[in-house]
Amino acid sequence: MAKTKFLVSRYNAARDTKPYLQEFRLEIPKGATLLDCINLIKWTQDGTLTYRMSCRSAICGSCSMKVNGHARLACKTQAADVIVDGAVTIEPMGNSPLIRDLAVDLEPFFNAIDRVKPYLVPDESKQWKRETLQSHDDYRKIEDASTCILCAACWSDCNVLEVDPRFLGPAALAKAQRFVYDSRDNDTHNRIEFLSRVTGMWDCTHCAECATRCPTDAKPLFRIEELRTAAMTHKVTNNNGARHVLAFRETVGGLVPGIGGGTLNENYIPVRSVGFFNLDGILSIIPVGVRMFIRGKNPPILPHFIDKFAEVRAMFRRFNDYRKEHHK
Amino acid sequence: MRKHDVVIVGAGLAGLRAALELAGKVDVAVVSKVYPSRSHSGAAQGGVAAAMANESDDSPELHMYDTVKGSDYLGDQDAIEIMTHDAPITITEMEHLGCVFSRDAEGRIAQREFGGHSKPRACYAADRTGHALLHTLYEQSFKYKKDITFYNEWYLLDLIYQDGSARGIVAMDMKTGEIEVIHAKAVLFGTGGYGRAYKITSNAFANTGDGIMAAYRAGLPLEDMEFVQFHPTGLYQQGILMSEAARGEGGYLLNGNMERFMERYAKSRMELAPRDIVSRAEQTEINEGRGAGPRKDYIYIDLRHLGREKILEKLPQIRQLAIDFLGVDCIDNPIPIQPTAHYSMGGIPASKNCEVYSDEKGTIVKGFYAAGECSCISVHGANRLGTNSLLDATVFGRRAGKSILNYVVGAQHEPVNEAEEKRKARKRIDDLLYTPSTESANDIRNELKEMMTTNVGVYRDKERLAAAHKKLKELQQRFTNVRVEDKGKVFNTEVIEALELANMLAYSELIITGAEARTESRGAHARVDYPKRDDANWMKHTMASAGADGSIQLKYKPVVITKHQPEERKY
Repeated sequence: MAKTKFLVSRYNAARDTKPYLQEFRLEIPKGATLLDCINLIKWTQDGTLTYRMSCRSAICGSCSMKVNGHARLACKTQAADVIVDGAVTIEPMGNSPLIRDLAVDLEPFFNAIDRVKPYLVPDESKQWKRETLQSHDDYRKIEDASTCILCAACWSDCNVLEVDPRFLGPAALAKAQRFVYDSRDNDTHNRIEFLSRVTGMWDCTHCAECATRCPTDAKPLFRIEELRTAAMTHKVTNNNGARHVLAFRETVGGLVPGIGGGTLNENYIPVRSVGFFNLDGILSIIPVGVRMFIRGKNPPILPHFIDKFAEVRAMFRRFNDYRKEHHK
Repeated sequence: MRKHDVVIVGAGLAGLRAALELAGKVDVAVVSKVYPSRSHSGAAQGGVAAAMANESDDSPELHMYDTVKGSDYLGDQDAIEIMTHDAPITITEMEHLGCVFSRDAEGRIAQREFGGHSKPRACYAADRTGHALLHTLYEQSFKYKKDITFYNEWYLLDLIYQDGSARGIVAMDMKTGEIEVIHAKAVLFGTGGYGRAYKITSNAFANTGDGIMAAYRAGLPLEDMEFVQFHPTGLYQQGILMSEAARGEGGYLLNGNMERFMERYAKSRMELAPRDIVSRAEQTEINEGRGAGPRKDYIYIDLRHLGREKILEKLPQIRQLAIDFLGVDCIDNPIPIQPTAHYSMGGIPASKNCEVYSDEKGTIVKGFYAAGECSCISVHGANRLGTNSLLDATVFGRRAGKSILNYVVGAQHEPVNEAEEKRKARKRIDDLLYTPSTESANDIRNELKEMMTTNVGVYRDKERLAAAHKKLKELQQRFTNVRVEDKGKVFNTEVIEALELANMLAYSELIITGAEARTESRGAHARVDYPKRDDANWMKHTMASAGADGSIQLKYKPVVITKHQPEERKY
């Protein structure tokens, strides 16, 4: 079998000003994982190659790295599956300070986990002699989030973190979902309040990178959506993110007199999102409106209803009935 | 020099559980060569045993009997009694701390069957129970972050042990390469097992016996090192664990002729006989030409009859592992498996309060404690039952915490010669780095692992053990000339791997020496040339320590028998 080219990112602060790709060539043994290959390179070609690894069975979360541009667990990846034009490109995870070669500083990642109060806050008034009872359905609500292995693959590829390092990030939010939805937790409302602040659940832009890169069932994007649902259920809506969602619902559903229906009223949405009585917020969006007006990109001033608005209204009614039925 | 009341080495279940017991009460530090969530406790899959009696009647007494019998009567019964009686409260506490357990129809912790247990007493979280427990404790460590100092990615170099007391440790901060002394009134090792010396192993790369060898180098004995458990269902050629829960849920073992061969070995328990018996049965099938595959060198575990829904709900992780590593989906096809080195019954001898013994007479080392897989308390004897390891680590982690708290109040920091300790550790590393050398660590490691799996595996005999010992001496000799290319300080994983290999070479000799001496078959130690258990001569624990000239000295100590007299072990 022909040798495969491995382009591996190298960086040693004592010597290099910036990372560079070094080429190794290796014949991939049959059935070898990417971690097997990297180990072979380290053990037979260059002992100085530096990376983390431990369990080699996709449960410890040590060996996440960027493979052809995206984060994955090296031990869970068949090397033969990631050859692109005869080569595999391996780089350190993103959104993290580099220590050496493929090893990054994980402190920012674990600090984010710390910020969401990642532990159960039980109801102290109840003294359980035995285990707390939890129904299978309630267990199912937290099972997916509980499979997170803290590998940071989601953190690495998160697009929001790239522009705003203060963002809690996908893994911390998934961890938060695991407690917000835990029937045994007694701090739900405070948690949702905290997670609704800037840098929290509403800062996610739904790019879905986290859910795509996640090697387990934790899939942070879906957990973030569940957090948003919880924010609505718990009526924690006094923030731009929640108001933005409500504004969509109101304009499409025609739920507020005078804003039309069946379509987005793009004059209503921004004002509603920042809050009608939030003077600073409204002042901050006026320049945008003015610039849009100058360029002729302002939305129609007068609200209108779409032709088949009655059907939209019927859909909303049906959905409300369904919700009443299922969320008592 | 850094100073704490207590330093815990290892951030798996035992270490973290002990830290939790001490947090806020004394100044406690946790040192780990990986981030705590990477600890190998997280890889345990099937369950944790406790007589919760949720699925059927059950009792700690029955659990005790099953464990004693499973241990082939080598387990110390006083310690086993404590473990099984502490089990329900320990698991209940873990649930109260937030552990995500699978639930039964009444909302209680779900329990299932496991090998060697006469009742369904494995509490579980699908097939990732260790992960659920480990992450629960890791979560709690955030709650107590002001009270616990974590030294993540610090590698243990030495235990500081002088005149009968442990005084701290020497460790390397991997991120900077600096060697530091951590001075403490009490030291707890929860450093895990030593299964990495085998080619086919379920163990993580990290399981290189660093803790046990630090104790041994300091002059302390190690107990029952010859007892290495081989798990019956390691993924073929990879050794990766396919949980016993697969059999607990009803999976079959089939040989190359697609026969459920366990009928011939353990008619009443079939696939759910203890692990030593099942692994030997598999190895016998393979050795006698009834294995599966072109080389007739593996066995199948067949889950197809369980159905898609049950597999997805109860065994999602192992299904994914078999898909990722062998390309086999167990919903449609049986999975090729073979026995894999899995668990270290031997380790640092310790009392039921986790105090380390310095000899076979039961002399206690002041300020030194051990819990979890690195310890030999001995609750598993010659063979551990599945789901008793997570239990051992949590129960004795908890007990170690309580025990240390008692000791530390009123104890002093005893003097430590920091410069000398650092110099000794530095020299060991500099010898690796700067001695002109030619030998490849990779070759030595591969030859060691191959040799251990072939000659010190499921079946052993005099000739194979002698060959192994000879080969080991050669490898140890070659290691003195091992080459380390990386001379850097920052995150030098090559030098760490070399230090780990040194540990593997040293403890492998203890395994072999103990196995050569023990001329009987008991639990996981199966001698073809001595196929019977020999209670008259061998109802005793091996205690191996370094003599003045560095050679291995074997002594023995009696087994603690309280309630259950040894009898023939039938399943």
